[in-house]
Amino acid sequence: MPENTIDYKAFSTRIRAQVLRMVHRAQSGHLGSSLSIADILAVLYGRILNVDPAQPDWPERDRFILSKGHAVSAVYVALAERGFFPRDWLLNYYLNGSHLPGHITYGVPGVEASAGALGHGLPIGCGMALAAKCDDKKYRVYVILSDGDCDEGSTWEALLFAHQHKLDNIVAIVDYNKIQGFGRTKEVLDLDPLAEKWHSFGWSAREIDGHDHRQIEQALLGIPFESERPSCIVAHTVKGKGVSFMEDDVAWHYRSPDDKQLREALDELGVSE
Amino acid sequence: MDMAGDDERIHLFAGDLGFSIFEPFMEKFPSRYINMGVAEQNMIGVATGMALSGKIVFVYSIANFPTFRCLEQIRNDVCYHNVNVNIVMGGGGLSYGSLGVTHHATEDMALMRALPNMTVIAPGDPLEAEQATLACASWPGPCYLRLGKTTEPGVHESLPSFSIGRAIMVRDGKDATLISTGCMLYSNVQAAEILAGRGISARVLSMPTVKPLDRDAVLAAAGETGVIVTVEEHSIIGGLGSAVAEVLAEASGIDCKFRRMGVRDTFTHDVGNQEYLLKAHGLSVGDIVNTVIDLKKEGR
Repeated sequence: MPENTIDYKAFSTRIRAQVLRMVHRAQSGHLGSSLSIADILAVLYGRILNVDPAQPDWPERDRFILSKGHAVSAVYVALAERGFFPRDWLLNYYLNGSHLPGHITYGVPGVEASAGALGHGLPIGCGMALAAKCDDKKYRVYVILSDGDCDEGSTWEALLFAHQHKLDNIVAIVDYNKIQGFGRTKEVLDLDPLAEKWHSFGWSAREIDGHDHRQIEQALLGIPFESERPSCIVAHTVKGKGVSFMEDDVAWHYRSPDDKQLREALDELGVSE
Repeated sequence: MDMAGDDERIHLFAGDLGFSIFEPFMEKFPSRYINMGVAEQNMIGVATGMALSGKIVFVYSIANFPTFRCLEQIRNDVCYHNVNVNIVMGGGGLSYGSLGVTHHATEDMALMRALPNMTVIAPGDPLEAEQATLACASWPGPCYLRLGKTTEPGVHESLPSFSIGRAIMVRDGKDATLISTGCMLYSNVQAAEILAGRGISARVLSMPTVKPLDRDAVLAAAGETGVIVTVEEHSIIGGLGSAVAEVLAEASGIDCKFRRMGVRDTFTHDVGNQEYLLKAHGLSVGDIVNTVIDLKKEGR
């Protein structure tokens, strides 16, 4: 999409509204996690990712991996918006017989890798980035990680690896909302200073407001931040962003909205049911 | 080496092990060899990402490091995506002897067998290992290749006709069948020779592929010899013995005496080399001979 036609605000609002409807309909969870990445996804799928919905297997395409596979509802909306599969599929997300499982699943058009257990996305992404280097291909690999992903040792193994092999074609975006599965990172496993940790592992790390579309776009357009180094964007975010009564609350990792809460949430986003 | 020369898609990852094994590959194909460090979870994830990008990847480590340590990566990444990643393990069973229990791989096949899409292969001798390696590369899905040491005795005099999922008849017999996977094959050949001297004609089947199991070969052995003994350097739970038992238990009209020989759901508490430990676990050639004789005494 040409730059001047992208309305990130509208795109991210469509993601949020559809996610709310899907999670409400399915009475599933992980709502806060999905709302948290809506703005990052709007920029990625709105402009950054070089993908072609008409040929999802195009060898030169950029690869996107959602390591925090539970936030998949937001990615499904972005994929449907870009035309990877019919929007109708979103209607029965998570329900019996659906095309769309509750964790991101390989085989759904546009999905590069399954994830659901944390700590898997960055190693797989490193493999794709390494393959690009071997084959002299220009595509990039974008991986969104969660706070919980950064608890896993396998993630840090991948940090060592990407630095060792100078994978400047991989970008890790940490959705740093500071709430993990059952508590605040400060109270569970404190990740601070997170950007410094990535930096000390040999990555070029930047911190941004993960809900500011311009900041997200500028950061992603500046990749790689340094040649021969992998790039990390620590995106400071708010779990449940966009719906005030869901924001920064661990309960919305699990809870599903009832009819009234759905109406209130959509009202706040300024969209109709 | 020849295979890697013919197919540029082949890459080799080592988990910081392989001293004196991989040097020729490293020299000939430096861009397709990586020492991944002591980071098995990442090794399997990277291999998956490579395979999803069209590569054929062999990953190598020893004992339980390339299986237990990264089991979830093998399940979710390799098997679920059903990619051409081949996990090669050196030091199967009790080969690491006195190094102790951390280095004894005696439950690995049970885990690998349980994973959908995974093929499980434990070659019986160096020639089978060579054939198996070639077969893994051309097999589209994941394979687990369980090797022993580098010093196993050869059993086959010429290249055996190897294909994934097929047993190899090493010696025919009519009174009993000894089935092994991995390098217990040599012990079975020796046991069959001793049994022959005692008037028992034992068939020896090498079962390099534990999954998918050669069901037909098992049922033929049951029908034609009436006695089956499985011998493996692995727990009796979940490996070859279990796989054969499953076939026999579900077959109808089979009258067959059956015993599983293996590690009997225990850790090794003795210290000693492989041969010493096999004896301690009741897996010596003499133990195999006696098991067959006992079963024959029980009658059909």
